[in-house]
Amino acid sequence: MSAPNPLVLSSDAAERVPAPLREPVPLPADHLESVSAWGMSTRVLSHVYRPSTVQGIRHVFTLARERGVAVGLRGAGRSYGDASLLGENVSLDLTRMNRILDWDPQAGIIRAQPGVTIRQVWQCAIEDGWWPYVVPGTMFPTLGGCAAMNIHGKNNWKVGPIGDHIQEFEILLPTGDVRRCSRAENADLFHAAIGGFGVLGCFLSITLELKRVYSGLLHVEPIPVDNLTEMMRVFEERMEGADYLVGWIDCFAGGRETGRGLIHQANYLAPGEDPHPAQTLRVQNQELPDTLFGVFPKGLLWRFMKPFTNNVGMRAVNAAKYHLSRRHGGSGGGHTQSHAGFAFLLDYVPDWKRAYEPGGLIQYQSFIPAAQAHAVFTEQIALCQRRGLVPYLGVFKRHRPDPFLMTHSVDGYSFALDFKVTRANRKQVWGLAAEMDRLVIEAGGRFYFAKDSTLHPARLERYRDEERVRKFLALKRACDPENLLQTELYRRLFTEK
Amino acid sequence: MGSGWERAIIVGASSGIGAAVARELARQGCRHIGLVARRETELSQLAGEIGEGARIYAHDVTCYDQVPLLFQQICRDLGGLDLIIYAAGVMPRITAEEYAFEKDQSTIRVNVLGAVAWLNEAAQRFAVAQSGTIVGLSSVAGDRGRRGQPVYCASKAAFDTYLEGLRNRLGRLGVSVVTIKPGPVDTPMTQGLDKLPMLISADEAARQIVAAARRKTGGIAYVPAKWRPIMFVIRHIPSFLFRKMNI
Repeated sequence: MSAPNPLVLSSDAAERVPAPLREPVPLPADHLESVSAWGMSTRVLSHVYRPSTVQGIRHVFTLARERGVAVGLRGAGRSYGDASLLGENVSLDLTRMNRILDWDPQAGIIRAQPGVTIRQVWQCAIEDGWWPYVVPGTMFPTLGGCAAMNIHGKNNWKVGPIGDHIQEFEILLPTGDVRRCSRAENADLFHAAIGGFGVLGCFLSITLELKRVYSGLLHVEPIPVDNLTEMMRVFEERMEGADYLVGWIDCFAGGRETGRGLIHQANYLAPGEDPHPAQTLRVQNQELPDTLFGVFPKGLLWRFMKPFTNNVGMRAVNAAKYHLSRRHGGSGGGHTQSHAGFAFLLDYVPDWKRAYEPGGLIQYQSFIPAAQAHAVFTEQIALCQRRGLVPYLGVFKRHRPDPFLMTHSVDGYSFALDFKVTRANRKQVWGLAAEMDRLVIEAGGRFYFAKDSTLHPARLERYRDEERVRKFLALKRACDPENLLQTELYRRLFTEK
Repeated sequence: MGSGWERAIIVGASSGIGAAVARELARQGCRHIGLVARRETELSQLAGEIGEGARIYAHDVTCYDQVPLLFQQICRDLGGLDLIIYAAGVMPRITAEEYAFEKDQSTIRVNVLGAVAWLNEAAQRFAVAQSGTIVGLSSVAGDRGRRGQPVYCASKAAFDTYLEGLRNRLGRLGVSVVTIKPGPVDTPMTQGLDKLPMLISADEAARQIVAAARRKTGGIAYVPAKWRPIMFVIRHIPSFLFRKMNI
C-alpha cells in the first residue's frame, strides 16, 4: 500500500516523530462532519472535535498523533477560503474555548480564551467605556482566529492590526509545551504566531488592550467620489484627522468613472461631546436591529437578495447605491452611529452569503504600496470587466506596515473584491485571480490568507524567498517538528508537492 | 469531467471490469483514483498505465476489520471522495451436482460481506457530505436463482437488495446509488465458460457502466441495455416453468 504519512515532510522531521502508541485505528465515524469555508466555495469532510478545556486540546493532539493524522485549528470558520479547513483529518474547533478569563475595566485589558468572539469582547467592555482597537467587518470571528490571521479594521493605517494590541498570549505547541509570548518574552514566536494562520500552535489565552471611548457613538460622514483618483485623494487628505476610513467601490463602472464609490469617515466623540454616554454605551443600544423598519425579519432578507445576485441585478444595485449616495451624501455634517452599527456592516443582513448559493463566493483582496495602488487597482477593475467577471462588492482601505513575520500589510491600500462562484465560472474566476496576482506581485504587493482561496504556490516563489517567511517556516519546524498542525491553505501554499 | 468526479475508489480493480472502469474514469478526467485489490503486481501495472493520479492499496476484501482504517487512509490520500465502485467479485466453478460450502462461503464473503464492509463506510461518509456516488457491480445472475450457480445468484440478489436499501436510505440526501447488472463480459472470471450470450468486452462494459453511474438519480442499469427487456421476461417466468428450463 502506498500510503504516505501526512505527518512526515522531511527526513529531519521524521527522525523526531515518536512511534505510534498503539496499533492504528480509524477515527470515529460519529465525529465526521462537513466543514465549509465561510464563502461556501470550498467544503471538506473532517473529524471535528470541540474541546472546552486545555486538557481536551491536548487530548486531540494526542489522538491525532496516535492515528497518524494532522490537526487543523478552526475558530468560528469566518475565513472566506480554506484557511480554517483541513479535510480528511482532524478539525480542532475552538468555539467552546469561549471563556473570558479576566477583565480589568480600569485599564481596559481583557484576557480571554481563543474561542471568545469579538462580539463577546465588545459586549464585555463597552459599558465600561472601552472598545477593541481593531475589529473586522463582522463581530462573529473568534479572538484566536483574529490573532492567527492578524486581522485589520477600517483604521489599519492608524492603529495597525489586532496584533499591535495583543499584549501577550499563551500558546500550546504541538510538542506539548506551553509558551507565554509577548514583545519581551519569546518575541520571535509572538511575532510569528500572530498572523501565523494557526500552524505554529494553539492559543490558550490572549491578552488584549482596548481603546477608551467616551461615547457609544461615532460621528460618521459619507463622502461620494467620482473615481479612484478622487477616492485616493480623499483618503490621503483625511488620513490624519479620521479615526476610520473605508471606501465602497462600484466595480461595474468603467472609463472615467472607474473606482467611483462612497467613502465613510468615522471619528470617535471627544469627552463631553455625547450628552448621554452611559446610555449610548449600553450594549442594547449597540445591538444591530433584527428587523427592517421594525417589522420585517432581517433573517429573511437574503432570500430577497438572491434574485439580484447576478450581473444584471448587481449592476443595478451598485449603480443605485452610487447615485443615491451622490444625492444624499457629501453635503457635510454627517450623522452619528453606534460603534457596532458602523463596524459590523457584514452583520446587517444575517446569512447574506446564502444569496450566493449554491456555488458560494470568494473574496480577492490584495495589498498594494501606495505609489502603485492606483494603477494596479484600475487595471484589476478593467481586467474583471474585460473577463465579464465583475465583483459584486469592492471595498477599499488604507494600511500601514506592521512587525509581524507573515504580515499582509503594506504602506498603501487594499482592495477587496467579492466574486460569485458557480460551477460554470469557477475555472474562469480562478484564472482571473491568477491574472490579478501577477499585477500584485509585480507591484510588490501582498495577499491576505484570511481571504485567500485562489493563490497558487508557483506565484508565491518570491514571497517564500523573503527572509521573514524563511524565518517563519524555520519556526514552524522548531515548534511543530511532526508537522501536526496543518490547514488546507498551508498545504496549498507551503508544503512540497 | 461532467459528473464532477475527481476522486474515486475502485475495489476489485486489478483485472476485468474493475480495471477497465479505472482506465475509463482516468480517460474521462478523474484525477485521483484509489485502486484496491489483492494482487499488488496487477495493481502496479494498472497504476502505471493510468499515471500519476492512481494510488494502489493491496487488500483482501474479506479482511473486513481493515476496511474502516484503509477507507479513511485512501480518502485522506485522495483528498476526499466523490465516487466508489465495488467491483470485487468471485464466481467459483462448481459442477451441476456440487455443494461446496467453502466455495459458497467465499462467494458470500467477497460478493456480499466485502461489499457491505466497503459501501457502509462510503454510505456514512456520503450521507454527511450529502453528495457522492456509490456503484455496485452486481449481475443479471441476481435476477433469478439458476441451477448452475445457486450461491453466486443468491450473492448477487443479496447485493442488489442491499444496494436498493442504500438507495432508498441515501437518495433523499443527494447520494446516488447505482446497481449495475452486466450480462456476460469477457473477463478472467468468464474465461473458459461456454454458452455466454451477447458477450461484450470489459472496455465496452466499463464505458457503459461509467455512463450509467453518471445518471444523478441512481437506479439499476443493465449492461448492455438490451439485457433489461430480456431479464424482465426471465424474472416473470413462473417458478414451475423456470425450473424446467436450462437457464
